[in-house]
Amino acid sequence: MSQDALPAVGLDASAGRSSRRDLARRLAITVVPILVSLVIAGCVLLAVGVDPFAYYGFVVQRGLLSGLGLQQTLTRMAPLLFIAAGLIVAFRAGIWNLGGDGQFLLGAVTAAASAPLLVQVLPAWLALPIAFVIAATVAMLWSLLPALLRAYQGVNEIITTLMMSFLGVSLANVLVKLVFLDPSTTVPQTRTLPVPDRLPRLFETTVTSGLVFGVVAIVGVHLMMTRTAFGLKLRTVGANARAAVHAGLDVPVLVSAVFALSAGLIGLGGAIDVVGTQGNVRADWNPAYGLAVIPVVFLARMNGYAAIGFVFLLSVLSIGGESAARRLGVPQTFTLVLVSIVLITLAIAEYLDHRFDRARRV
Amino acid sequence: MTERTMDRAGTRPAIVTLEGVTKRFPGIVANDRIDLAIHAGEVHVLLGENGAGKSTLIGMLSGLQQPDAGRILVDGAEMAIRSPSHALSLGIGTVFQHNMLVPSLTVAENLALGGRWWQRPAIAELTQRVAAIAAPLGIEINLGARVSELSLGEQQQVEIVRALLRDSRLLILDEATSMLTPQGIAELGALMRRLVERGLAVVFITHKLAEAAEFGDRVSVLKLGRKVGEIPPERLRSLDQAALVEEIVAMMFGRQAGSAAVMIPPRAANDDALLEVRDLAVARTADAPGLDAISFTVGHGEILGIAGIDGNGQKQLAEALAGQRATAGGSVLLAGEALDGLDVGGRRRRGLRYLTDDRLAEGTVGTFPVSINYVLKQIGEPPFWRSGVERTGEIDARAAELTRLYDVRTPSIATPVGRLSGGNIQKVLIARELATGVRAVIFNKPTYGLDLSNTLATRERIREIASQGMAVLLISTDLEELLSMCHRIAVISQGRLAGTVRNEDSAGERVGRLMIGLAA
Repeated sequence: MSQDALPAVGLDASAGRSSRRDLARRLAITVVPILVSLVIAGCVLLAVGVDPFAYYGFVVQRGLLSGLGLQQTLTRMAPLLFIAAGLIVAFRAGIWNLGGDGQFLLGAVTAAASAPLLVQVLPAWLALPIAFVIAATVAMLWSLLPALLRAYQGVNEIITTLMMSFLGVSLANVLVKLVFLDPSTTVPQTRTLPVPDRLPRLFETTVTSGLVFGVVAIVGVHLMMTRTAFGLKLRTVGANARAAVHAGLDVPVLVSAVFALSAGLIGLGGAIDVVGTQGNVRADWNPAYGLAVIPVVFLARMNGYAAIGFVFLLSVLSIGGESAARRLGVPQTFTLVLVSIVLITLAIAEYLDHRFDRARRV
Repeated sequence: MTERTMDRAGTRPAIVTLEGVTKRFPGIVANDRIDLAIHAGEVHVLLGENGAGKSTLIGMLSGLQQPDAGRILVDGAEMAIRSPSHALSLGIGTVFQHNMLVPSLTVAENLALGGRWWQRPAIAELTQRVAAIAAPLGIEINLGARVSELSLGEQQQVEIVRALLRDSRLLILDEATSMLTPQGIAELGALMRRLVERGLAVVFITHKLAEAAEFGDRVSVLKLGRKVGEIPPERLRSLDQAALVEEIVAMMFGRQAGSAAVMIPPRAANDDALLEVRDLAVARTADAPGLDAISFTVGHGEILGIAGIDGNGQKQLAEALAGQRATAGGSVLLAGEALDGLDVGGRRRRGLRYLTDDRLAEGTVGTFPVSINYVLKQIGEPPFWRSGVERTGEIDARAAELTRLYDVRTPSIATPVGRLSGGNIQKVLIARELATGVRAVIFNKPTYGLDLSNTLATRERIREIASQGMAVLLISTDLEELLSMCHRIAVISQGRLAGTVRNEDSAGERVGRLMIGLAA
């Protein structure tokens, strides 16, 4: 019997060793490309006549090191974490929900429209959750058409969610300008939620408690996808839909559930941003978080814990980038340029690693 | 030394020579110092169990993998085969066991792939060339059909034609005959003969020893990564088939065993129908034939065979019974209880099990570990999940137990199942379906692509299930297999049962007549 057991133990041990080496390699092919992209982006800055060290210094100073900047960064993370959670559910199940922006804005607008009214008739602890539920529901409804088309007709969701996103962004605008307009202001925007009624801040800081909800959401999603039967069903559908049918899973229902969860979480992100931080939605407001978070989720390999780290990085970059934009005249969108350079170098690193890996195996 | 003398004596020069080729993977040595010479004008048969290293050897010849040690000589000069396209340019064409066609493209488009990118695919010329190649093979290639609409057998035929289209000097056929009709196999044999007569070399991998003996000029036997024997042409010619098969089996297993030993398990005392199908109908779809008025019963301990040429509704029948495919009428009863309203999970819990023929694309999730694949049809069920939360300990314990009981050779239960050999994936499926709570089992081509040892082990499992009083429906395109173990054999043709015969002395002939549309 011990003879049978021994080789198995040996193999398991070697598997453990190789996974540690794997982790070190993973870290290397993540960190090195980020440094390389900083250099490349620095060259771009040089080319437009900006001192890259001043820019990076500003970004780090404003986004990370200054107390107020760090608080802004953490506040910015709240909606981004919800979006990342929603995308992880979808991507792990093999569903490419690219309609995040529309779902986010519709969630934000419905929360902005309902919360100020609800707090007038209900206590805040009840009013805000109801606003969240309404926001999530509207975002889910917005994903219903792509969901049903994908689940029952096999229509590619990349196209339908993107198209619905354009419509959703426009609809959100229309709602702000025509339906939920605050009559007491001249700028087109929704009623403003009074500061005391917003989500409480954490301790003595300006950081919104939405951050806590965001962390809970993304950790919850990660555990759901990796530790529960429901998560395994979704991953089975994503990895091999034919095997899912063979195993007796109701694939159309699961696909619809994925859309609902994903859109609901993203819609909640919009609601959290409005109820926690913004207070209202101005017309033509579209931070386009959805598209910015997609690369972050890929960088994190759809791992919830890693996504928290990358979302933090994105927040530092965008808060710091906004300050630097004001001071140095670099357009705010340079943050996106930086993120996309990171993504491209990471993809190249992945490719080289794959080649290297094959070369090592031969 | 003898090799050299032989060369002078008239054997044609080797196109590819392997010298001490070694290939290691984590945990195993897949190929251990293999010496092999592939000569022009010879059908070189490569035999070995699953995991013996055949796939790795082919991988190195076709440029997918590089050896860790040893060298490969092409036309006598050392040559690293860097990539599949490099292999093709050296004249080495491969037809893989798992098909490598693009399912969303048509057959013509697939065949035109790999052409020069700046030229329009010359479909007219292609049509002519395909016709010239396919006609003597006796296979019909519908160039306009989408590959996803073809059965596995038809896809494999396309792949053989594709390799021949590329002017290969060396054609590697990995389990290429396993999906062909008996006549198609004979014609492939004849074509291989014609190819080698024109100076090509063919490496032919098959688990059917009769084919090896019939078509091979030279037979090499692999076992656990080592080459354990070779029968050169002159010795091969001097032996009659039976003696040859015996010699090969002795090399492969160190024991004497016939591949198609007939052993029909005794019937259970309780002769009632256990699985009963009445007037089952399935609507025809764009890519699959429908089923029409399928009725049969399978008793306790009975093995009912379903014979027929691939693509005549076998898959649809299996899927309709398992609850995977909507039916248009009729009913399925298990021990007198109607299963019609039940889904896959409900039927499985009642004891109806289905072993699919498509082990990688349907039966398993290749990227998931072996342990999860064991419980893939029980997701959410206790004791492996409690209140929907995974209990890794329970799953791993179960997986370790099944791995031991069913002799699954895997580096660990955490290994992605897609990395295992076909035989071991099949063992995972068998363990999953048959370990507990079985009453009736549908086997769809259970030994397709398996080596002799795994084929025999699988057949033994099927007999064992039947002798425990379970009902077995055995769908197979291998008539010998059906004759070796079934009590009765039904023939399916274009979605209908053409007839059922008892497995008696003349059964083979009567089944054959039914298959080609004559009365039994």
